[in-house]
Amino acid sequence: MSTAVTQQVDEVKSTPWSGGKSPFDVEYGKMMMWFFLLSDAFTFSSLLISYGALRFSAPTWPSPSLVFQSVPGTSIEHGAPLVFVGLMTFILIMSSVTMVLAVEAGHRNSKKEVVWWMIGTIIGGLMFLSCQALEWNHLHSEGFWWSAIPNAHTLQEFFKDGIPLAQQQMSSHQFANLFFTITGFHGFHVFSGVIINIIITVNVLLGTYQKRGSYLMIEKVGLYWHFVDLVWVFVFTFFYLV
Amino acid sequence: MSSETTHGHAAGAEHEEHDTMTKGRIWKVFFILLGITCIEFIIALWLAPTYHWPSHWINPIYIVLTLFKAFYIVAYFMHLKFERVGLALAIIVPILFIIGLILVLTNESHYWIDLRL
Repeated sequence: MSTAVTQQVDEVKSTPWSGGKSPFDVEYGKMMMWFFLLSDAFTFSSLLISYGALRFSAPTWPSPSLVFQSVPGTSIEHGAPLVFVGLMTFILIMSSVTMVLAVEAGHRNSKKEVVWWMIGTIIGGLMFLSCQALEWNHLHSEGFWWSAIPNAHTLQEFFKDGIPLAQQQMSSHQFANLFFTITGFHGFHVFSGVIINIIITVNVLLGTYQKRGSYLMIEKVGLYWHFVDLVWVFVFTFFYLV
Repeated sequence: MSSETTHGHAAGAEHEEHDTMTKGRIWKVFFILLGITCIEFIIALWLAPTYHWPSHWINPIYIVLTLFKAFYIVAYFMHLKFERVGLALAIIVPILFIIGLILVLTNESHYWIDLRL
């Protein structure tokens, strides 16, 4: 009789929110990484939404298929829109896959595999950063920079015919500032992600997580890395496609 | 998901069987992401210029496809689909506030363009 009553009481208390244990069932550092990423998501969405608002309110805008039609680092200067940024997107998605494979190897406590997948992720990140450096350098050589735009002759290439020069100049100024600020902020995230990945890989090599008995740290940096990929998905759509 | 939790506890102290990312699933998600990106490229490079689709048609398509990609990254790569419902809600519900900012600023930008023209 009394045991039956106890069992019933215990059953009531075993729901996730009845206290005594974390309702989220997640380690503290991982939960804090999620909340940090949430705040970072707000920062990036504020930037992207202000870009949207400025673009909506502009009478004209430089056409993405005309601004980004070259493949920097090669001799292709015209007629290849989206090719270079497609490569960048592929590199970043690929590095996300190697990251999630590192997490998967961590679940199996396979140190060697974790190291190789982490090195793959770092290489992917460095390749993405190099591509971005080429892209920035190309735009800079055309005359774009923070509050700097190309001369009137070059500017005309980026617009459909018949748009007055004053409108071209105003929207190009906004485009240049927003492009370098937003891709720069994203690139800075990629850069810090690469640094964090390198630190974690060194720790894996030193055997820190093997001693600790879990590769949970790989999951935490993995969350950050996927977030960087997630932001790029939006930057890609709103700067290169729309 | 909460029913799964209570079930896991009823079964005893044994670690709850966790549905998680396997290698096969990782590559499946990768090909979905790659496929969606390819669709975006086909629209941007071929369909839109050939059939002269207006931008107020294509842009919503791009945004929906982007949200699909975002779902796959967050749910599978970031593992949120396999976390407790409470954690998923704590992350996703605040994100919905962004919709408010989008509505306010698009409305405002229509006012700005009227001022400029």
